[in-house]
Amino acid sequence: MPIDARGNLIPDFGDPRPVTGATTGDGGAPAASAGPRKMVFICSKGNLDMAYPALIMGNAALGEGVEVEYFFTFWGLDIIDVRTMDDLKFSFGGNTAMHMPQLERFKGGLGTMSMPQTLAMMPGMTTASTAMMKKMMADLDIPTVPEMLDHLVAMGAQMWACQLSVEMMQIKKANLHPGVGAVISAADFIEKSAGAQIVFV
Amino acid sequence: MHTNTFLGRPVEVDDEGFLTRPEQWDADLAAELGRIAGVDEMTAEHWRVVHFARSDFDTTGEAPTLRRMQKAGGFDIKRIFALFPGKPAKKIAYIAGRPKPRACV
Repeated sequence: MPIDARGNLIPDFGDPRPVTGATTGDGGAPAASAGPRKMVFICSKGNLDMAYPALIMGNAALGEGVEVEYFFTFWGLDIIDVRTMDDLKFSFGGNTAMHMPQLERFKGGLGTMSMPQTLAMMPGMTTASTAMMKKMMADLDIPTVPEMLDHLVAMGAQMWACQLSVEMMQIKKANLHPGVGAVISAADFIEKSAGAQIVFV
Repeated sequence: MHTNTFLGRPVEVDDEGFLTRPEQWDADLAAELGRIAGVDEMTAEHWRVVHFARSDFDTTGEAPTLRRMQKAGGFDIKRIFALFPGKPAKKIAYIAGRPKPRACV
């Protein structure tokens, strides 16, 4: 924790200035390297529950003064396709960690029980699970995916779409969220992400 | 718990340096906290944001996140980044004498 020259405890604001001439002595943060920290999120999945982690972490990173970029590839393009971004879905097929905490009040242990996988195949189950997840997110005041994208762009996130995937899925640039700067190749992405911490989702 | 000395008076802070005693906060101290957070001069625009953060804490019990400042406070996010560069929500809460924002979004 930074301590200033007069022994005052100062929060870590990321700027070197307030802690001039003082050392924390606890082997804490190393001296800042060249430029601000940068994170790049590769979003490759288009399920609702796979979209949020990168959006929320990127939001937190921007708020902490970190440079953030997104690269949307394969199914992740659904997150930025204006025709699908507000209609991402959640299925618990293949996800044995799905339980309903709401059931706990009926019998102890029910709330952590895995949902039987055959249930996920039933007609209407994806719609119902999606509605439930969206409600749980809304109850926590988490914005919808389109709102989240608008917010990230306003905070300065840069967004790119994968050229190969865009061609494969026959998506036009006009179909993409206006915050998407360009459709770029894999090689361009490798250049842009130089020196960044990369998170693949 | 730690006691800082700002403007020649003792100010109690938590483990991260945020104020813990609301009655120790006043405008002079806020200007000093602003200087520490890298805001050399608190303009009327800075004050509007800080006052919102203070009153919103009174309403919700939490320091506002950036999204909350935009949605409930009507502030422009880009402007907030320009006024409080780097870690705006954290700096605003600090200057407002409130604890660090806890919410993720």
